[in-house]
Amino acid sequence: MAKDSPNLIGISGDAPAVGTPTASRLQAKTLCAGYDNAPVLDGIDLTIPDGCITALVGPNGCGKSTLLKTLARILKPSGGTALLDGKDVFSSNTREVAAKLGLLPQGPVTPEGLTVRELVAQGRFPHQSLIRQWTRADEDAVNRAMQTADITDFADRPVDSLSGGQRQRCWIAMVLAQETDLILLDEPTTFLDLKVQVDLMNLLTQLAHAERRTLVIVLHELNLAAAYADYLVMMKNGKIVSRGAVADIFNAETLKTVFDLDATVIVDNASGRPVCVPLPKRHVQPPRVVYG
Amino acid sequence: MADVEEVARPTNLRRIAPAGAALIMCVVIVLTMAVHIAVGAKQLPLSTVFEALLHKNDKVFDHIIIWDLRLPRAILAVVVGAAISVAGALMQGVTRNPLADPGILGLMAGASFAVVTALNLFGISSPVWLPVIAAAGALVAAVVVYGIAVWAPGGATPATLTLSGAAVTAFLGAFISLMHIMNEDGFDQLRVWLTGSLAGRDLGLLIYAGPPLFVALIAGLLLGRQVTVLSMGDEVAAGLGVKTGHLKLMLLAVVVVLTASAVTLAGPLGFIGLVIPHAVRLFAGSDYRLIVPFSALAGAAYLTAVDTVARMALQPQEISTGLVTAMIGAPLFVFLVWKKTR
Repeated sequence: MAKDSPNLIGISGDAPAVGTPTASRLQAKTLCAGYDNAPVLDGIDLTIPDGCITALVGPNGCGKSTLLKTLARILKPSGGTALLDGKDVFSSNTREVAAKLGLLPQGPVTPEGLTVRELVAQGRFPHQSLIRQWTRADEDAVNRAMQTADITDFADRPVDSLSGGQRQRCWIAMVLAQETDLILLDEPTTFLDLKVQVDLMNLLTQLAHAERRTLVIVLHELNLAAAYADYLVMMKNGKIVSRGAVADIFNAETLKTVFDLDATVIVDNASGRPVCVPLPKRHVQPPRVVYG
Repeated sequence: MADVEEVARPTNLRRIAPAGAALIMCVVIVLTMAVHIAVGAKQLPLSTVFEALLHKNDKVFDHIIIWDLRLPRAILAVVVGAAISVAGALMQGVTRNPLADPGILGLMAGASFAVVTALNLFGISSPVWLPVIAAAGALVAAVVVYGIAVWAPGGATPATLTLSGAAVTAFLGAFISLMHIMNEDGFDQLRVWLTGSLAGRDLGLLIYAGPPLFVALIAGLLLGRQVTVLSMGDEVAAGLGVKTGHLKLMLLAVVVVLTASAVTLAGPLGFIGLVIPHAVRLFAGSDYRLIVPFSALAGAAYLTAVDTVARMALQPQEISTGLVTAMIGAPLFVFLVWKKTR
């Protein structure tokens, strides 16, 4: 169940090249990290499959965000290494990493009055320098990113005047403008309406499957992870408890182990994806509601 | 460079508009300076001012007034106004705190206190050392204000930072007053170090405070791009390849040098660093690549205009420049707080 082999992504569905051996550009080797004196990650070994959506799930405080930050070079590991193309991420140049790996953290700050186009243009930062100023390539990347994220219509409006979902699309477009093959997102769908969450996940799926980008997404919503992940990683107490294709590991047992959640897992006929339905504890009979 | 020429039209337009605006503001600065020079105990026509500046004639008394007395003060206003405004803009960007300003966060009081202590207690009046002493004072004050805010319940929020800055400013202000009373110094000196003034300042200081100020100003302009990225959050910035810790230290150094040089030259002129960047944002947007240079230009014009008012309003008396900046700045500050917390 807990084999560290992305080759086993034998899921059904539309993910391209699944089941075939895939390469991996991003890996964690006995990675340990934490904040001050509180260790969070406890010797994580993980190989992120290329061109897929990898979802990290787990209860609050399990270390999924910490893992993402350590992989993205935001947090210094206290032990082990995060490898990008075989090179230690933390001893690499920040800018070099940023040219290969994009990150959308939780709770980015929208500067007051910044327009959508200006925000997305910030994604070009790692490609620019004092000498190399704004070029046609930058302009094109920004336009493409805005098109992909479907925000071209309000390109000149201030980001802080948009809805939560539109705003999140702008941030994703900013990361897209960075033009990296690897994109790490920390809970991109939290606080959004279900329909908006689904739209965003469809956009991200398209990035992985049509553009062959590698996405690692921390997700809070279990059913969203089950519906969209190509490779699912379940964490608890700083360790990976279970990993693999959704169909293989998303079941009542693992949900009980990882989340201490009593739930039934059923498979949706339309998508072929598993869905978890929590079992309510019934100590007493529910109140009888009389309608009419 | 070939790829730069191919840039699409909209980008060209976006580049030309700021350049035009900058040009207009430079003209405004020159005109404000001309008016600043023209008014005073002896009113001079603008034509004389420009004539003196373009063709100096040592035999004409008005030309000597202009070159020896009035032009230096106008230059001081331009330099100090630019420095304080850029310091404020950078502080607002890096702290993501709309109320950040070297005066409000106590840096100016720290610099002022250090200079007054050096002058009165240690008898150091060497123009070489005063900017350095001011910088040390500004740095210590910044660290203390930040420390108090972090230690307060809720951590370093705009509110706790503003409060701790106010407390530190009031505390140091008391000592500045005390030292002047004990030394029976002139009221003129006291008002310079409590509220800031451009009157009768020693221009010799500009030789020593000017170069670091200029270097810090250039550094601030060059860091604008990174400040924009930093204003979107530390993690976003790090994800885009900014060395955030490194950048913050550099910005702290730039802000401390700008504040210290400005205070050495003119004392703690309040509210300019707060108000100017906000005014600039109204037309320049939220990108610090534009906010920083336009803050420099607008700050220069603003302080020159304010100083003109200070010299004119109660003729033949002169109001301290710092009083006028506070009279105009404080209501604007209240307005900003009201607007941000609404």
